[in-house]
Amino acid sequence: MQAYPEQVPLPSVDKRWKLVEATMRRHGHKPSSLIEVLHTVQESFGYLDSVSLRFVASSLRLPLSEVYGVATYYHFFNLKPAGEHTCVVCMGTGCYVKGAGNLMKAIEEVTHVTAGETTADGKVSVVSARCIGSCSLAPAAVFDGEVMPKADPEMIKAQMRRWMNHDA
Amino acid sequence: MTLDELLEIREREQEELKKYDHKVNVSVAAGCLSLHSDQVLKVLQEEVKKQGKEKTCKVTGVGCMGLCAMGPLVRCEPQHTYYRSVPCDNPELLEAIIANLDGNPVPEFSVSPDIPFFAQQQKIVLEHCGEIDPERIEDSIAVGGYEALLTSVGHRTRDEVVQEIIKSGLRGRGGGGYPTGLKWSMVAKAQGEQKYVICNADEGDPGAFMDRSVLESDPHRVLEGMALAGYAVGATQGYIYCRAEYPLAVKRLKIAIRQAEKMGLLGKNIGESSFGFEIEVRLGAGAFVCGEETALIASVEGKRGTPRPRPPFPAYSGLYKCPTLLNNVETFANIAPIIRKGSAWFAGIGTEKSKGTKVFALVGDVNNTGLLEVPMGITLRDLVFKLGGGIPDNKKFKAVQTGGPSGGCIPEQFLDMQVDYESLARAGSIMGSGGMIVMDETACMVDVAKFFMDFTRDESCGKCIPCRVGTTQLYGLLNRISEGDGRMEDLDTLERLGGMVNRTALCGLGQTAPNPVRSTLRYFREEYETHIRDKRCPQGKCSVSNPAAAKQGK
Repeated sequence: MQAYPEQVPLPSVDKRWKLVEATMRRHGHKPSSLIEVLHTVQESFGYLDSVSLRFVASSLRLPLSEVYGVATYYHFFNLKPAGEHTCVVCMGTGCYVKGAGNLMKAIEEVTHVTAGETTADGKVSVVSARCIGSCSLAPAAVFDGEVMPKADPEMIKAQMRRWMNHDA
Repeated sequence: MTLDELLEIREREQEELKKYDHKVNVSVAAGCLSLHSDQVLKVLQEEVKKQGKEKTCKVTGVGCMGLCAMGPLVRCEPQHTYYRSVPCDNPELLEAIIANLDGNPVPEFSVSPDIPFFAQQQKIVLEHCGEIDPERIEDSIAVGGYEALLTSVGHRTRDEVVQEIIKSGLRGRGGGGYPTGLKWSMVAKAQGEQKYVICNADEGDPGAFMDRSVLESDPHRVLEGMALAGYAVGATQGYIYCRAEYPLAVKRLKIAIRQAEKMGLLGKNIGESSFGFEIEVRLGAGAFVCGEETALIASVEGKRGTPRPRPPFPAYSGLYKCPTLLNNVETFANIAPIIRKGSAWFAGIGTEKSKGTKVFALVGDVNNTGLLEVPMGITLRDLVFKLGGGIPDNKKFKAVQTGGPSGGCIPEQFLDMQVDYESLARAGSIMGSGGMIVMDETACMVDVAKFFMDFTRDESCGKCIPCRVGTTQLYGLLNRISEGDGRMEDLDTLERLGGMVNRTALCGLGQTAPNPVRSTLRYFREEYETHIRDKRCPQGKCSVSNPAAAKQGK
């Protein structure tokens, strides 16, 4: 069996790596903690890049292919940095029936990007969600983590313009 | 902590509450919170001080009260008066609510507790949701929390607990409807040093948020159910697999686990017995198929969540190949009341084969959107028109979709059908986890079928060919029909292909994926035919009837 170093050195002096290391320590560096650890990386850095995937793979003693496989399998993990602001549009059934499609169209009209993309200036990322569980206040959107119940296209457009500085 | 110590805390808490003449509860579950109910709570607390009523009135942030359409909700006790749509920026109203605690409620904003939405519910799972502060374990203990656990551990044998669940007739609330007691006895009898209990809180069905509300409003109820399960089957470790999309639920769960550990209600030597049980939260990462039990187990192990063939069933070989009991949030939330009040009481509620109550998320084109709990056997008509308050804008009812992407659309002729596992299956749908999406006459059934097929096509894990390829082909056919390029023989292909996917896919996701298409074809075939024959969407939802598309030579 291949011998592994006891502890893998942190990729840089960035303090956020300590958070990642702490999660791994809490789980005893077990391979089963992979998803928990990737959550911590994404929480700390915003996305998963190849440096972090390599670090996690060697720390948990997992093949890089397996770590990459998990990171790409789950929708929740981003492999690219998000924009300055994020707009999530819920595409659950409740929201869909209540016109979430029109919200998405409104966003596309202003930002010229579609779900899963970020505007060229890096200001706004547009994301579609499976269901955020705010079905009774449909259609719902999330602006930078804050849920907007009963969203309408005009209000979404206005927010996109504010973020993109079209009003300034 | 011993049972006596627990009862002492309960008594102390109840005494403390009796000191107040009035209780004002403000819902701070996710729905109302997104309408800034945390601000309402703050202002009301200040208002009580301003009016000098701190000694007689207690204002508390509580969980979900169910009627999300009218949030933020505030309830005043002891009159049970509800206030609806309470804005945080209306100081006069907030002042009046506190000033009128004894007198008449402010009419424009008050809702009577006697409206069918509240009066016709029967609450077991949600009994304390909207009553207690979910971030305070003492609140839970005050209403009977952990009593069932401490009266069982060391006082009843493990088998007695299993037998009680078997006799109750409880069936899995996650969708399958498998008898819970039977599952428990399988795991209890399975051979293995280490056993696990897993709570499935990966509520992935779009349009469903029952589990989210339970976790946000009464997390201790779920922990107690899991600990009882651990005792009954002989497990020492539990995991809650919760969606990462539910940050508030995760936060409150973690607080609850910490509090229960501190009090000795989780951890080693529960109730000063030899039984120990620990619970950890595991975050999902946005894969719908992880609601399937074998995929969920793979995900808890940190791997790609893909299903595997059964047998072996998780009861014999589950997490890390150990015997594993897997139930969903609502199932676990039913356990403590069954143990506390007895299986006969529970079995007396519901229908012959579906016992107890069911929590539904009523959403879509219905007036009273929200969360409600009703006895099994209630009719769809009562649910939609009485409790749900009917369809907005005087529109006509068209269908109700149950069971998420695995379910079907139930048309008007079934409105008087009793809601239970068997009847829903006969109508071509399933109970599912409890999402109910009401659709009015403006909904296009081809569009709805396409919506769900797009969902399952995207969420198919790709492991088995019938699901990976079949859902894509089904989606392609539906897309063609919705764009006005369909042919009549496509309808037969949809049926044949749907049947094939249903029979041959590896897991529940694939097997049930064709259900939305098959049920809409069965009840709304003429809508499909109109799309194909007249190249027209009667409801104007599909691109065939889009005037811009028509101009391009369609």
